[in-house]
Amino acid sequence: MEKKNCYDLAVIGGGAAGLSAAAVTASASRRTLVIDREDHLGGILRQCIHNGFGLRYFKEELTGPEYAERLAVSAQKAGAEFALGTTVTELKRLPDGTFELETLSAKDGVRIIHARAVLLAMGCRERNRGNIATPGTRPAGVFTSGTAQKLLNLEGRLPGKKAVIIGSGDIGLIMARRLRWCGIEVQAVVEIMPFPSGLTRNIVQCLNDFNIPLWLEHSVVEICGKDRVEGVEVAPLVNGTPDMGRKFHIDCDTLLFSVGLVPENELAISAGVKLNPATGGAMVNGDYQTSVPGIFSAGNVLHVHDLVDFVSEEAIRAGQCILRYLEGRTAQTPGNSALAGANLKYVIPNRYFTGQRTYFSFRSMIVTNNGTLTVSCGDRVLLKKVLPFVRPAEMVNLELNEELLSDGGELTFSLEKGTEVK
Amino acid sequence: MEKNLICINCPQGCHLTINTASETGDFTVTGNRCPRGQTYAIQELTDPRRVVTAVVPTNCHALPYLPVRTDKPLPKTLIPDLLNSLYKMRVDAPKAMGDIILENYKNTGVNVIASETL
Ligand SMILES: Cc1cc2nc3c(=O)[nH]c(=O)nc-3n(C[C@H](O)[C@H](O)[C@H](O)COP(=O)(O)OP(=O)(O)OC[C@H]3O[C@@H](n4cnc5c(N)ncnc54)[C@H](O)[C@@H]3O)c2cc1C
Ligand code: SF4
Repeated sequence: MEKKNCYDLAVIGGGAAGLSAAAVTASASRRTLVIDREDHLGGILRQCIHNGFGLRYFKEELTGPEYAERLAVSAQKAGAEFALGTTVTELKRLPDGTFELETLSAKDGVRIIHARAVLLAMGCRERNRGNIATPGTRPAGVFTSGTAQKLLNLEGRLPGKKAVIIGSGDIGLIMARRLRWCGIEVQAVVEIMPFPSGLTRNIVQCLNDFNIPLWLEHSVVEICGKDRVEGVEVAPLVNGTPDMGRKFHIDCDTLLFSVGLVPENELAISAGVKLNPATGGAMVNGDYQTSVPGIFSAGNVLHVHDLVDFVSEEAIRAGQCILRYLEGRTAQTPGNSALAGANLKYVIPNRYFTGQRTYFSFRSMIVTNNGTLTVSCGDRVLLKKVLPFVRPAEMVNLELNEELLSDGGELTFSLEKGTEVK
Repeated sequence: MEKNLICINCPQGCHLTINTASETGDFTVTGNRCPRGQTYAIQELTDPRRVVTAVVPTNCHALPYLPVRTDKPLPKTLIPDLLNSLYKMRVDAPKAMGDIILENYKNTGVNVIASETL
């Protein structure tokens, strides 16, 4: 396949996942094309100008743009090719098992690209007000926190003067500090859960440093204002229902929603890839291969990651699996299933191969210290491990070796509550 | 005297307790799961600092705002002043990632560097 538009691997998305995987396949001399609809490489990292990235992967504390630039440079050096400002609009598997991608760009118009394998690395998108149904009018001044981050950090535009943030996810917390550093008042962060969904360190350095109040177990019950947001009505939750008798008003002209992320998988669905309802991402086997042979997935489009370092590591593993696929060395069996049991939201991958070392990632639904993780196969316990620190906001990773997985069979991961957390 | 802090150096977020001996002024730190917690606690009590990040306008059409950061944590009290000076600046291309944008801010030894290539 040395023709102009023919590649060994087409990577859809030039964020951390796409770039990390492309560096692996390109340095093994596989012709790799990274396609991104933006004009710059790096994905969401480019707008995350704060520091806190890369401690694990680069052993240094970097900002998002620095992390992105390092990945872009290594993918370039490895020989990957890039199509920027280019959106993949359609993905089709051909009868011979290769792929056809239809792309659209202002420069080249519609272009068809052929590839032997495809990596889905499209990242995720933020949930918005529609997804969580907040009542009230539809005035201007309502943003997702990621959109506000993009406005401020890439376009230098201030979203307003006085903000309230709904949801205590990390992006919202980081934005609280960013707004304050831009001279915008942050009146409150309102969270329906009894605990913050972002990391403790972000509560400390983004809220406490600025005395921003965090209202836990409270809900915004109404957005006020006709043309522009003028404030919100907030009420405490009692057994999950707002206590309207104790409702209060907070003035603001800007409202940021930071209520979580959902993988961006429209393309995957159209290509026939089966999705996992627990993650919104694709179902994958131990090779990060989806239900469509030759289509792989890694990064936030597979499951939402809290640390970009884990995105890179996952994508590198996916890149190595893609190399094996291109050499025709991939296992041809369906493998065995891996399931999330008690207190876990999901386990990735959903299947593993007997006797193949596999790296599992999962997410807890509970907050606990010293919880016990059990991996079992039928009534046989393969592994028990105490996890000192478990939070829904933090993904947990666990590698199981060849020996542990040598018998095959259905695996169940479950988590037992340890000590109570105040 | 006893003070409580949360360590922000890693996601564990250890709850630290710092006791100051009244005669000597020595600190004892408990609750940290690694040595970085102790260093942080003493620094936070005596001279709290933070890494500052911002964007600075440029003369470049393709990248109208350059992300920048301090290369070391800056004393917290100086942060508003630094931000004000940064917002008034304009940087001109070319700049490489890591290039110094503002040197030795107020003699603190802290530089502001480019986070991206311009
Ligand atoms: C706002 C925010 C703040 C974060 N803060 C931190 C932090 O402080 N520390 C940390 O470690 N991690 C943080 N993370 C997590 C981490 O940065 C991300 O998990 C990681 O960067 C995601 O990488 P990705 O490659 O999977 O996705 P992305 O970076 O989202 O990349 C996906 C790319 O795919 C492109 N794309 C999508 N669809 C198409 C298509 N059809 N055609 C062409 N291109 C397409 C997009 O343009 C995008 O560039 C944050 C994440 C977000 C969203
Ligand atoms: S003390 Fe160590 S382990 Fe605990 S939060 Fe600080 S850096 Fe992390």
